[in-house]
Order: sequence, then structure tokens, then C-alpha cells
Amino acid sequence: MLEIRGLAASIDGKPILKGIDLVVPTGEVHAIMGPNGSGKSTLSYILAGREGYDVTGGEVRLDGVDLLTLAPEERAVAGLFLAFQYPVELPGVGNANFLRTALNATRRARGESELDAVQFLKLARAALRDLAMADDMLKRNVNVGFSGGEKKRNEVLQMAILKPKFAILDETDSGLDIDALKIVAGGVNTLRGPGFSALVITHYQRLLDHIVPDRVHVLAGGRILRSGGPELARALEESGYAALGLEAVGEDVAAIGAS
Amino acid sequence: MSAFAEPRDPIQAATEGRYKWGFETAIEMEIAPKGLNEDIIRLISAKKDEPEWLLAWRLKAFAAWRETSEPDWAKVKHPPIDYQALHYYAAPKRKPGPKSLAEVDPELLATYEKLGIPLRERAILAGVEGAGAAEVRPDIAPGVAIDAVFDSVSVATTFRETLAKAGVIFCPISEAVREHPDLVRRYLGSVVPPGDNFFAALNSAVFTDGSFVFVPKGVRCPMELSTYFRINARNTGQFERTLIIAEAGASVSYLEGCTAPQRDENQLHAAVVELVALDDATIKYSTVQNWYPGDAEGRGGIYNFVTKRGACRGARSKISWTQVETGSAITWKYPSCILQGEGSVGEFYSVAVTNHHQQADTGTKMIHLGANTKSTIIAKGISAGRSNNTYRGLVRMMPRAQGARNFTQCDSLLIGDRCGAHTVPYIESRNPSARVEHEATTSKIADDQLFYCRSRGLSQEDAVNLIVNGFCKDVLKELPMEFAVEAQKLLAVSLEGSVG
Repeated sequence: MLEIRGLAASIDGKPILKGIDLVVPTGEVHAIMGPNGSGKSTLSYILAGREGYDVTGGEVRLDGVDLLTLAPEERAVAGLFLAFQYPVELPGVGNANFLRTALNATRRARGESELDAVQFLKLARAALRDLAMADDMLKRNVNVGFSGGEKKRNEVLQMAILKPKFAILDETDSGLDIDALKIVAGGVNTLRGPGFSALVITHYQRLLDHIVPDRVHVLAGGRILRSGGPELARALEESGYAALGLEAVGEDVAAIGAS
Repeated sequence: MSAFAEPRDPIQAATEGRYKWGFETAIEMEIAPKGLNEDIIRLISAKKDEPEWLLAWRLKAFAAWRETSEPDWAKVKHPPIDYQALHYYAAPKRKPGPKSLAEVDPELLATYEKLGIPLRERAILAGVEGAGAAEVRPDIAPGVAIDAVFDSVSVATTFRETLAKAGVIFCPISEAVREHPDLVRRYLGSVVPPGDNFFAALNSAVFTDGSFVFVPKGVRCPMELSTYFRINARNTGQFERTLIIAEAGASVSYLEGCTAPQRDENQLHAAVVELVALDDATIKYSTVQNWYPGDAEGRGGIYNFVTKRGACRGARSKISWTQVETGSAITWKYPSCILQGEGSVGEFYSVAVTNHHQQADTGTKMIHLGANTKSTIIAKGISAGRSNNTYRGLVRMMPRAQGARNFTQCDSLLIGDRCGAHTVPYIESRNPSARVEHEATTSKIADDQLFYCRSRGLSQEDAVNLIVNGFCKDVLKELPMEFAVEAQKLLAVSLEGSVG
């Protein structure tokens, strides 16, 4: 279970998150929607431990563990995974090597034995098949020369192999055609179960047609302004944020939007 | 919250690196008095039992040295070196002519064991003087023959009988002077003349040992050859001389490794390496240089002033230099190829890492004399801490180099914001049909690369290693397999603590 209580954060003294309260019980998938500049990506980076943000208040716990005191790699081995909105290129670093190093770091932390190259390849090939990805994906350098869609699928491949307890998908659907979108959604749905929960950040209903969320939250101006079931996302898609009465906080939204 | 109280930039300069090879061996040494003069040179020559011609050659080099001055064009800074305050000869004391490794000082063997040199592998008892010692069975032999040079003297050469069966000569150069004087006399100084430059002249005057390799016509050397250099004695310069000759159609792969104890004062290392490749011959020369780099404040470390040059004399001959340079306080080194034979090929693959206060000015020279000669230069420089890393390379196309081609790629990687990377290419073309390509990039290990790796569970150090190894991949893959792994580990150790 992920519990966010009163999370406030700023960049260079400018408040971005102004008190987020959000609980994602184990086994559930929640969606976060919201206008540009509302703090969605900031929230995902802070959860994963990126430096450059000042957390000014609140706390985040994953299964009771205080995440904010952990380094990014400690959060990762504790079971947190962030699928990046803009996956990073690592020239000269083979995808298979990268994935195996990451998996073994996780396994070590869990007290499991490390996988050798042969064991790893077997596991990786199975994951590739599930995601309809070509084997040569493993031989290429991490994200180097990948198309936008390939990068996103590579994120989902990493998630499938690392099997996190809690995943954050930051606009993983942007830039995907409908076939790739289904594959990505399939990757998430495969992991769904009692030991897995996720936060799906998206602008679009179409992803949520394939990954049906248990709850939908609207983030605007650094606060969760509305929460509801999957129907909330559909209402947003049809009539926009303003029509939902979110103009009441228009000042905040405008302030962020203008920055 | 504490995780966010850290400084914004996760890349902070170095604090402490560890140098694992910094121990000193307590061993009885025979050391010449400090200073350099004709008497010292005569002493060295006498100690080595050298013929008259070699002494004359040394004295000529000494005269040339006195006429020249230290080169000042490199981007390195150091206090003046007092050449009269150094010892020019130091050797482990021993009975003359041990017949087997068993007679070599056990302290010395322990040192090599600590350094991870498999000198004692299995049943090796390679005779130091080639005396009929029990040879390792080839079926269990590791594929590397080793010549170990301790301070000025070669202490043990392994696998000599196996090599001798193939017709390959691999021995200390001082022994080659005695046993194969014609070969030595024909080739010594033929690639790097005694007066070539200040440091080469110094080396020619006082060199004490090094390796000699001769691979006769048509022979592929059956195993990797390796020399391990160790500076131990205090205030001693090491001046080894290596000469490798591959006759027509021959091929050989050679690797050198180097370490030194950790000391507060600087030590001088001025080696000369000469390679000669005749028709269709191939020489692959790999270096993993890990001389003591000095401490985090820049105290101590080796001054590494080395002249390495290969002559592709024969048609279609090939010389390939691969170097991984992580050590030394100062590195001044330009392994070069003279591409004389038609269609000959020169290659230079280099990784130079500098951390703390290290300075490296390294690169290559590719001199294209013959038609259709080809050269490739791949240089990767990694700077961390407050170090300075310069690539300096010359590509020269001479008038007869019809259709010659060069490709150069220089990439620099910066870790932190207090180090420097510099690229100084010199391109001269006197033949309109020659083609020269030069590509260069400079990049920084980006925060987002580090964060991406860490968010997948890699520690900060592992993330840096992964990124650095990826950056160096094109060069590391050129190393013989046995040493590629060692080189990777060395990169990791050299950059330890470079990211805060």
C-alpha cells in the first residue's frame, strides 16, 4: 500500500505540490489526470527520489516504509518502479546488461541469488514475447536510437522483468499508436494482482480503456481536487477540467500554467 | 526529508580513491649512487655485461640528451625534475643465475602474487636463465607467457620453452643483447633513434631492462605475451626498453601491466617501446597502465614519460595499440605508427582516465608514408576530480601516401565540474587523394542518466561504472579477453568516489 500524506514540495523556492493526500491500497490501480503543469511529473519524480526538489512537508510510505529517507536505488529495491515519461539514453550500455544488472541488484537486496547470463536471457526472452518485442531489443544500447514507442515499451519490459510492488507510469501512453498502447496496457494488466499496485499518470481516457483504474484522481495546482471511479476520467475526456467545476481553483491552475 | 536536503548536483568531485597496489616490498636491493653521468652509464653497462658497441650507443644517447631539453608543449605542469637526484640502477640482490623460480627471492614472488600475477601457476619453474626447468604441460597452461620486471631487472620469464619450440624468442632485453646480439643491434633504435626526444635519449642512455620479442617468419605466436612492470625502490627511475620484431607473415599479441608503491614523492618512468612489423606481419600491443597516480591532494605519483612507436615496414603489415591508462600523476605518451609499407594499417585505441589531480596528455601519431595505408584512432578520455585530460594526435599524409585513409574519433566524458578535457588534433595532408576524417564529442555524465540507473536499483557507483564502461566499450573490446575484465575493474577503482 502506498500512502501519501500532506506531501508538499517546491523547486527553487516555488511551491509545486501543496499538500497531496493519496492512498493506493495494494492490488489497486489508480489514475492521475490533470492539466499540464499541475505537478503530475513532479509527484512521480519525488516518489522515485530524483534530486532537485525540496520536500517541504508530508510523508510517503510504501508498505509502511518511509520512502523519502531512502536513496533512489533503495526505493527501487524496496519495490518501487517509475516508467519514465522520457526514458534516458545510455550509449554503449547494452540493454541486456543493464536489465540484468538492475535485476540482480534487486535480487541481492531481497536475499535472492543472482541470475547468470543464461538464466537471465531465458527470463528476458519470455518477457519480450509477452510484450511482442523482438529479441534484438536486448542487444541494442539502452534507449539509443529507439523510436518513441520502443522507448516506452522498453520501460514496460523493465517493469515486467523487475516485477515491482508499486509502479508509477508517467504518461507511458504518450506517443504510442493504438497497437503499442494495447501492448503496454497488457504489460500492466499482466502484473495486476494482489501483490501489485500502480499509479498511472495520463492525459487520455484511451489508456484507461485498456487499463481500467480502480480510482481516478484529478491533480491541479498541486492538489488533488477530485477523486472518483473510472467514470470521472470519461467525464473529463468529454467536457474538460473547467466543466467539472475545477475553475474554482482557476487561480492556482492559471498560476502554474503561466509559469 | 533528509534525502532532499542534499546538494542539488549529485555529481560532486572526488574525495578518496583507493590504490590497492601501493605496498612496498622489503627486499635487499643493489642500488647505484644517485645522479647521472658517464660513470653511471658505464656502471650499468658493466653490470649488464654489455658489448662495447652498446656502451658506445648509450654514451652517444647521453650526449644527445645533454643537448636537448624537456619538451614543454604538453598540457601538463610539474615542478622541475632534478635528474641528478635519482638512482638510475636498482636491482633485487640475488645470487647470480638462479636456475628456477625456487631460487628467486620469495619476497619477490610474494609481491607478484599480491599483484595477481600468475607467475607461480601450476608447476611453473621457468628457469630465469633458461636452464632446463620443468615446463608447464601445455594442456593446463594458461595462455599467457609473462616477463616480470622489478625495478630495473627482469626477474622471471615464464613459458620460454613452449615459445622456443615455436621459434619465438621472449626474454629480458639484457639477455637478448648477450644471446641474440645481431638481432638487437639491427633493430634497437631503428624506430626510436637514441636522440629522438629528451626522454627517449634519457632512456637510451640508462635503460636497464625490458622485454625482447622476436617472432620469426610465418609464425603466429602461440600465446599472449605479457610483461609486468613494477617500480619498488625509492627515488629510482624506471627506464625499460621493449623491442618487438615480427618478421614477414608473423603475428604476436603483447600486453604490459604496471603498478608502483604508494609514495609521497614523485617517481620517474621513461620507457621506450619499439615495434617492427615486416610484410604481412601483425603486432597487437596492449597496455593496462596503473602506476600510482598520487593521492587525492595530488601528492606523489609516477611521472610517466613514454615513447612508443611502431614501424609498419612491410606491405600489408599491421600495428595496433590499445591502451587503458588509469594511473600516473602525469602521463605523456603518444604510441605511434609509421605506415611505410604499402597497404599497411595502424590502429590506436585508447581509454585515459584522470581523477583527483592527475594530468594526462596522450594520443598518437599516424604517419602515412606508403600508398593505401590506413589508420584508425579511437580515443576516449574520462576526467573527474580536478584532473586534466588532453588528447593530442597527429595524422600526417606524406606525398607518396596515395589513397591513404584515416578515421579519428575522440570522445571526452566529464564527471563533475572542476576537471578539464582538451582535444588537440593536428592534421597535415600533402597528398590530395588522402582522406582524413575527424570526429570529436564532449559530454558530461548527466544527472538524468545517473537517476535513471539508480531508479532501477543500481548504486551511484555502479551507475557511474556502467555509464563509463559503455562510453569505453569500443576500446575495451579491443583488449585481449583475459585483460578486458581487469581493465573494467581498474576503471571502477580509478573513479571510486568521483561522484559524491
